[in-house]
Amino acid sequence: MAIGVKKVARPRQMSGGETLYLLEILRGLGVTMGHLVRNVFRQENIATIEYPEVRRVMPPRFRGLHRLMRRPDGTPRCVACYCCATACPAVCITIVAGESPDPAVEKYPVRFDIDMLRCVFCGHCVEACPCDAIRMDTGWFTPPEHTREKLIYTIDMLLEK
Amino acid sequence: MPNFTLNGISVDVPEGTTVLQAAKTVGIEIPHYCYHPNLSIAGNCRMCLVEVEKFPKLQIACNTVVTEGMVVKSDTEKVRQAVTGVLELMLINHPVDCPICDQAGECGLQIYYMKYGLHKSRFAFEDKVHKKKVQDIGGQIVLDAERCILCSRCIRFLQEVTGTSELEFFRRGDHSEISIFPGRPLDNQYTGNLADICPVGALTSKDFRFKCRVWFLRGTRSICPGCANGCNVEAHFKEDIVYRLKPRRNDDVNRTWMCDPGRLEYKKANEARLLTPVVRENGGLKAEAWEAALSFAAFRLWETVEAHGAASVAVIASPAFSNEELYLARKLAEEVLRTPNVGFSPRSSGNGLSDDFLIKADKNPNTRGAQLLGISEEKFDDIVRKIEGGEVKALLVFGNELADFPGERTAELLSRVPFVAQVGTNEGAVSLAAHAVLPSASFVERGGTFTNHAGRVQRFWMGFPPRGNARGGIEILVGLANRLGAGWTFAGEASVFRAIARSEAPFAGMSYESLGELGQIAGGKG
Ligand code: SF4
Ligand code: SF4
Ligand code: SF4
Ligand code: SF4
Ligand code: FES
Repeated sequence: MAIGVKKVARPRQMSGGETLYLLEILRGLGVTMGHLVRNVFRQENIATIEYPEVRRVMPPRFRGLHRLMRRPDGTPRCVACYCCATACPAVCITIVAGESPDPAVEKYPVRFDIDMLRCVFCGHCVEACPCDAIRMDTGWFTPPEHTREKLIYTIDMLLEK
Repeated sequence: MPNFTLNGISVDVPEGTTVLQAAKTVGIEIPHYCYHPNLSIAGNCRMCLVEVEKFPKLQIACNTVVTEGMVVKSDTEKVRQAVTGVLELMLINHPVDCPICDQAGECGLQIYYMKYGLHKSRFAFEDKVHKKKVQDIGGQIVLDAERCILCSRCIRFLQEVTGTSELEFFRRGDHSEISIFPGRPLDNQYTGNLADICPVGALTSKDFRFKCRVWFLRGTRSICPGCANGCNVEAHFKEDIVYRLKPRRNDDVNRTWMCDPGRLEYKKANEARLLTPVVRENGGLKAEAWEAALSFAAFRLWETVEAHGAASVAVIASPAFSNEELYLARKLAEEVLRTPNVGFSPRSSGNGLSDDFLIKADKNPNTRGAQLLGISEEKFDDIVRKIEGGEVKALLVFGNELADFPGERTAELLSRVPFVAQVGTNEGAVSLAAHAVLPSASFVERGGTFTNHAGRVQRFWMGFPPRGNARGGIEILVGLANRLGAGWTFAGEASVFRAIARSEAPFAGMSYESLGELGQIAGGKG
């Protein structure tokens, strides 16, 4: 097959005045100054918020950090059924079940860790829970930490949220 | 041989077969709870209803014997409605606390509800009859009376198999419940089977309770290593931790049962394991790579043979090892080290408990195998005498203990030998004294065969690769022998078994294929 030659349209040569960019710089500064003046005099419409003093309001169905619910007597509502751990596609929930001294409870989580570094915030765990013991309604996402260990949330941290 | 028609399929069955059994042979599943192949027929759960032509009402398949020309249907709308009705009746007072029930995932109610139920409950939770939960009724069992569907399997097991009759029905109507007699807990060595035969979560195992959800477990066919009976089991594990043993049906050995001590044998595969080769030199212990540890052990054995002659080396085999490993151990002693000192002892520190059903006094899985392979018990005592006399300069020990010797005796004996190498699975008196510890795989981490007390050669299969740095016994033995110049080419247990079948008379004509799942009697029978 013969090699075809394709003609590419070149941009027009710029004039001397245009190559100075002076006009364009002034025009850009104009936009900036316009915003500056507007923000100084009409502050309620600023898009930027002063995080962390001010926090954005999340939509009601936003899936944020998990929390574990408590029974009226303060013990965890979770019965360590492993449904959430089974449903979790990221395999980030680690549960160790124990025999509760209260026969009406029978089974309770001795350990319940969520590895926030692996969580994909899919919400499957919440859907799977038969006891409404785990929720993602804290309205917030994972804060930054300095070490990986701090991002493995234990049962006590999850009950506090 | 009566011939009958089941769902339009014509089936020939032996005289006396029930419809339920016949259906199973042609792969048609009839739901059932109270029927159990190794118990008498009670016919009380009514789950197995089928339509039989010329009968006005539905019949129970578990107790209807096939007769010539019978026409049975198990897939009609009428049958389906009846089964759904029975299931709904059973669930009326059921607590449905699956989230905290250990049976969830392998529960008869869950399985059949998904197949035949899927109905909405018409019974208010407040109206349910509540019974006592979490009762420790002795043995390995916890009873939850509320979950019981009154199938009477447990009662029949305790009457017909153990003959101890500790459980019975009490009260009437929807207050009926299963219980022990006051102050008389389960008292037999086979209580664990109750958790297996209970189709629901009414009887659960104390040991397995809440340890792991069953759907995370994988299983492998195995043989219980707890005694010479060689009960066929299924070992259930998750990753490299074993969680439980469950009996596997073999009507010639253990039917569908196993004993309570045997159920706990899995713990040895998890706890106090030797996981990395260790070498003791100049008084210090050092974890070594396999190559270095094997070379070290082989060199010390060779050195001893060179310096003091072959008779100064001894091999103590173990009846806890497979036929394949024992064969190679003997071959190593006879053909490579050329020492006459090779023996084993069937004595062990276990309790020696035995009965006339499954439990044997010999607590080793493969004593018979060692005997059939010509490894002698007298030689063991002989070797011990030689150790005491200081004649043994190097010793290769298989297993974790020496006969039934207490720890101090083992330590004292082994301290008389300048070089001791151990091939074993668990920490103990031998591993503390050994100069080279070669960690071997547990019974779930390797494949092979055991020969039980009656001479039945039975296979066990590898569930997962050896934990940590452990290695299969065959691999260790081949490594040692080849470093001593043997040039063995065995790879895998099958190749070793082929060699056994060729050269050892009792195993002649056997192969892994002929052994199958249920085994074969050594010496050409069964
Ligand atoms: S949100 Fe999804 S990924 Fe995160 S813990 Fe729940 S199931 Fe797992
Ligand atoms: S699904 Fe709910 S009750 Fe079950 S273990 Fe998870 S949080 Fe606990
Ligand atoms: S016995 Fe079966 S249905 Fe009943 S609570 Fe247990 S798992 Fe659920
Ligand atoms: S406890 Fe289990 S085996 Fe016994 S009658 Fe009840 S359901 Fe059947
Ligand atoms: S299995 Fe037939 S009545 Fe229970």
